[in-house]
Amino acid sequence: MGIIIKNICKRFGDFIAVDNVSFEVKEGELVALLGPSGCGKSTILRIIAGLETPDSGEIFLTGKNVTTLAPQKRKLGFVFQHYALFKHMNVEKNIAFGIEIQKKSKAEIKSKVEKLINLVKLQGYERHYPDQLSGGQRQRVALARALATETKVLLLDEPFGALDAKVRENLSQWLREFHQKLNITSIFVTHDQNEAIEISDKIVVISKGRVAQIGNAKQVYEHPNSKFVASFIGQVNVVDAVVKNGQIFVKGANLELKLPAKKELKNGDIVLLVRPEDVIIKKKGDNTRDLLAIIKRIHYRGNHYEIDCLVNGMELKLIEYKRNVFQDNWKENQKIFLNFRTFRTFQAEEGHQHLHRKLKETGYIE
Amino acid sequence: MKKSNDKIQLVRQSNGIGKYVLIGLVLSWFVVLTMLPVLGIIRETFKSGWQIFVSSLSDSASRHAFMLTFWITLGTIIVNTIFGIVLAVVLVKDHFRGKLLFEGLVDLPFAVSPVVAGFMFIILFGPNGWIGNWFEARQLKIVYAFPGMLVATLFVTLPFVAREVIPVLKEFGLHQEEAAYILGASKWQTFWKVTMPSIKWGLAYGVTLTIARSIGEFGAVLVVSGSIINKTQTATLHIHQEFTDFNYAGAFSAAVVLALISFIILTTMQCVYRRKEVG
Repeated sequence: MGIIIKNICKRFGDFIAVDNVSFEVKEGELVALLGPSGCGKSTILRIIAGLETPDSGEIFLTGKNVTTLAPQKRKLGFVFQHYALFKHMNVEKNIAFGIEIQKKSKAEIKSKVEKLINLVKLQGYERHYPDQLSGGQRQRVALARALATETKVLLLDEPFGALDAKVRENLSQWLREFHQKLNITSIFVTHDQNEAIEISDKIVVISKGRVAQIGNAKQVYEHPNSKFVASFIGQVNVVDAVVKNGQIFVKGANLELKLPAKKELKNGDIVLLVRPEDVIIKKKGDNTRDLLAIIKRIHYRGNHYEIDCLVNGMELKLIEYKRNVFQDNWKENQKIFLNFRTFRTFQAEEGHQHLHRKLKETGYIE
Repeated sequence: MKKSNDKIQLVRQSNGIGKYVLIGLVLSWFVVLTMLPVLGIIRETFKSGWQIFVSSLSDSASRHAFMLTFWITLGTIIVNTIFGIVLAVVLVKDHFRGKLLFEGLVDLPFAVSPVVAGFMFIILFGPNGWIGNWFEARQLKIVYAFPGMLVATLFVTLPFVAREVIPVLKEFGLHQEEAAYILGASKWQTFWKVTMPSIKWGLAYGVTLTIARSIGEFGAVLVVSGSIINKTQTATLHIHQEFTDFNYAGAFSAAVVLALISFIILTTMQCVYRRKEVG
């Protein structure tokens, strides 16, 4: 009885914004629509809300087909990216707007607004205007306003996009708890994979208007079904390799790697996708089993170090904890040995150069 | 930070004698150009005492002229406020072929000389004009009558409301209205409860400009009205008439009243403008 999206398509002129998108959100679930900017995720959200009409396809909200229903009749809550608070109304009036439209009694409106203000912890700010509030506070007003009409479905467009890192972290945690308490079926749009991984029950990865993968955070991160998903969700290294007689050789390194058990690879060029944290760095290694690399740069990242290194001219990014870096006293231009704990393989149909270029264009690798 | 920097840059760094010379020049130019004429008119009017001022204003032609200006202004406010808002909404929100051209045409009344505009209406609505013929057949007089004067004033004041509302509406954007729709508000409710309060100061400014222009309009109305005493003579036309008849007392008295009205409008305009800037 949650939300069902069936074969939604939407074009703007020649541009296909949404291309045959289908997914389901179960009742009480918190789902992230994740994708790079311009991938169509916001358009999907606006179609669900009724702010855009799809060219084809159907939308069901709590079991009812709402495809042709006006936004006024869909009874859902929507939190806009920049909140879209009514500038000329104070916090109280903003929150009360939806209930006042429903012509409820004054007493009922008052008690409801009071409850919501307590819920979003804005006591004392009732008479403040939006431009007297911080970003986080505005966000909470927008949320309270969306919840005031007792909706069963809540849609959030980049809810934390306009906030700074610290506020963002607090608020996203708070939204998670909040969602668990209220149990409203929710969809939020984000381009931030960390946000999606942290707070959603399920992630729908969108690429170029299509659904690339649906799964929970772990499935999407550990078992990406495409190069796109692997490189978009988290950092990833792209390593060129060749398959010969069932064995993988990293190009130029004369290295034999064990094949992933379930996949049969044809002879030819492939790419390995390795997450930075899945590379083991060793001081001493075996030339036949470990990759010889040279440290190019060590970046301090607060609770960890990021290390750029070169393997036969190929750049790899590694993540290491402080302890290891200090213990072994690593320096730039030092020789090290690498081993891949886990990795995923994809056929390089169009050549690895092509893939490299594509990933660079979209900004997933540097 | 950015704001305070801007402010600092606005205060000129130069000091010394050059600054005072410049300020002095600007102020004297302003006094010669605007203050002296006003003072002159007031002096001339009251030279021969209050009685003449009161009697020349209470004369029937003068009273009629002011009433006519009042009715034309009122009609203009009503029509151009509504039409100006609709025009602004269409130009900001709707997309259609030739919109850019149309947007440019909105300013046409600013570019055309009012006298020329008046002649255009005579050609169009006059007894032998295309549209005038049709009205003539139905015993409706447009030119040399109230309707023609109203239409001429509507034309010259057409851009004010739209021009003030368009930028406010653009800045206002779509999201607040969309938020209202989702919260269950109809288009009409959204317009009154959300859009209108956001554009009201821009609108007020546009309306004030419209009032000022309607009261002061001379050229277009002169051509269209024929300036018939006690019939189609507005306050400005009345002043002109008195002046050409060498009745200076009457002309100056009416002029002082118009100047006073202008002063009130100017003050209101400044207040409205400040509110508009604050948002």
